[in-house]
Amino acid sequence: MKNHLKTAALAVLFSAVAGAASAAGLDETINDLFSQYTGWYVALIFANLPGTNFSWIALWLVVAAVVFTIYFAGIQFKGFRHSISLVKGDYSDPEDAGEVSHFQALATALSGTVGLGNIAGVAVAVGIGGPGATFWMILAGLLGMATKFTECTLGVKYRNEYPDGSVSGGAMYYITKGFKERGIPGGPILAVLFCIFTILSSFGGGNMFQSNQAHAQLANILGDYPGWITGLVLAIITFMVIVGGIKSIAQVTEKVVPFMGVFYVGVSLIIIAMNYDMIGYAFGRIFEGAFTGLGIAGGFTGALIQGFRRAAFSNEAGVGSAAIAHSAVKTKEPITEGYVALLEPFIDTVVICTMTALVIVITGMLQEDPSTGLYVWNAEAGRIATQGDVSGVALTSAAFASAFSWFPYLLAIAVVLFAFSTMISWSYYGLKAWTYLFGENKTSEVIYKVIFCLFIIIGAAANLGPVIDFADAMLFSMAVVNVIALYLLMPIVKNELSYYLARLRSGEIKKFK
Amino acid sequence: MTKEIIVVAYESDDDSKTVLAYAIDRASKSGAALHIVHVLEWSPYSFLTPQEVEERHGRRKQEMARAQEAILTPALAQCTAAGVEATAEIRYGQVVELILEITRAKGARMICVGRSGSNSMASRVFGSVPLGLAQSAPVPTVIVP
Repeated sequence: MKNHLKTAALAVLFSAVAGAASAAGLDETINDLFSQYTGWYVALIFANLPGTNFSWIALWLVVAAVVFTIYFAGIQFKGFRHSISLVKGDYSDPEDAGEVSHFQALATALSGTVGLGNIAGVAVAVGIGGPGATFWMILAGLLGMATKFTECTLGVKYRNEYPDGSVSGGAMYYITKGFKERGIPGGPILAVLFCIFTILSSFGGGNMFQSNQAHAQLANILGDYPGWITGLVLAIITFMVIVGGIKSIAQVTEKVVPFMGVFYVGVSLIIIAMNYDMIGYAFGRIFEGAFTGLGIAGGFTGALIQGFRRAAFSNEAGVGSAAIAHSAVKTKEPITEGYVALLEPFIDTVVICTMTALVIVITGMLQEDPSTGLYVWNAEAGRIATQGDVSGVALTSAAFASAFSWFPYLLAIAVVLFAFSTMISWSYYGLKAWTYLFGENKTSEVIYKVIFCLFIIIGAAANLGPVIDFADAMLFSMAVVNVIALYLLMPIVKNELSYYLARLRSGEIKKFK
Repeated sequence: MTKEIIVVAYESDDDSKTVLAYAIDRASKSGAALHIVHVLEWSPYSFLTPQEVEERHGRRKQEMARAQEAILTPALAQCTAAGVEATAEIRYGQVVELILEITRAKGARMICVGRSGSNSMASRVFGSVPLGLAQSAPVPTVIVP
């Protein structure tokens, strides 16, 4: 039965690809369909506040991050050291060895967020919003830590534990259980909405955006070739992992990706050190651009929106996805996972994204008008003119290549691996939402997984614009639902926090190391 | 007076005829008791996929049950048959670190460990369990061939 299902699934995948490959101008067809069917929704999500050019959704997330930062009295700054000692295992009971540690929960969640947003997304943000976008991105990252703290604490508190020892958690669980506990109506409806957005998001940002940028990077190295080829290869490998259950591929990726991340930061630091005389200039441009815009379209609000958008898209604070990954940790105190999770936006945005932005600015990839000190605006492309006229991941690649000519090859590998690990994580998030809606049975799980693989091909074949917009729109829709729930449930987190802190002070919660 | 304790680092039932047989022999001659330790290699800093994270708690239960049934129960039976008093435990973590920790905690007088695995390339580079124990054990360590 199981094998029949797999064979049938594989047949669907291949016939879809064969059909797709034979159709001429597939890329364009997909693009047209994309803009036609998703355009209105994208426009709604990114609609500006009346009379301004500031989108309501960016404000929504930033306000949430500010509210949580104030409500928990700057937990991300005051609790930072405690977070580190939790991750180091200082408070882990040795009796629990062999269970999921705080470090592992964090690393798994990070492999879902550290990805192309950090490499390609930042390049897009800096390309459109100028260096000033970096400032707003870092600020949004720091504030977002409080949001992540809130959602991951709830994720652990309201997770489902099954008799076989497996655990399911995430926003859909805290929405239903938490609302019920507090007597707030509407929980089941919101949870279903959240799941629908999560599934669509798993096809968008967690999938199409990834395969799209992986293809862009490969085409950049190997020369132009049709996107569906990259898509097909990625889809087959993903299919082998998520349907075929070939764990070794996923395990290799999970092990290589963290090293790639560390290596990426290392190389960035070397490039920054090599251009040490430019560090002052780069920070000057970042601060100046944050408030004046330096000639980019939309002025400083353009920089602000791009920065906020990228931070949110990259670290996913407020989106509710990380709560799914964090919920399996072994801990008696849900709040400890909140502490650990707040490191996620820090590592993802404040460290890794900032590195990308600094390298692009410091290597002088963005063209300036020497007479005015403003950036040269390429109105046709809707972004700052760059050396070699590149954008997205190609811009990051070119910036690194200006210091190390071999880097684009390594970046291509890193991008494909990051893309792959993010897709694996998101296929899991999407599947959790899918089974929440349709129940846990093999057939429905395989159906989801096959659809997931098909979207990998579509993503690689479509152009950058419509894919990124659709991806962002779905992700932010999750955030709309999730943040409402977080507002309503934050008193529960506050109680947990004060109870925990009291016991930490009294010594009832002890250090084991 | 309480009995002397010998800690036995017990990897698999391959050790039953060598390490355990030796330890039983020593214990019955000196009237000591055995404490058999089986360690499942584990690092809290390894990387897991989301699927593995979800299944980890269940897997751990299965692994412990399997180790208890296939490894420790027969080992304890072997001790009982030989008339030697013995206890056993399963732990997760680094073998050398845990054996040393347990030795100290129990105030054991000796460690017995098998030579198995010490010929592999990896153990030559990174150091094997028996050599690691021999180097840092606070008590005499017998490496049984």
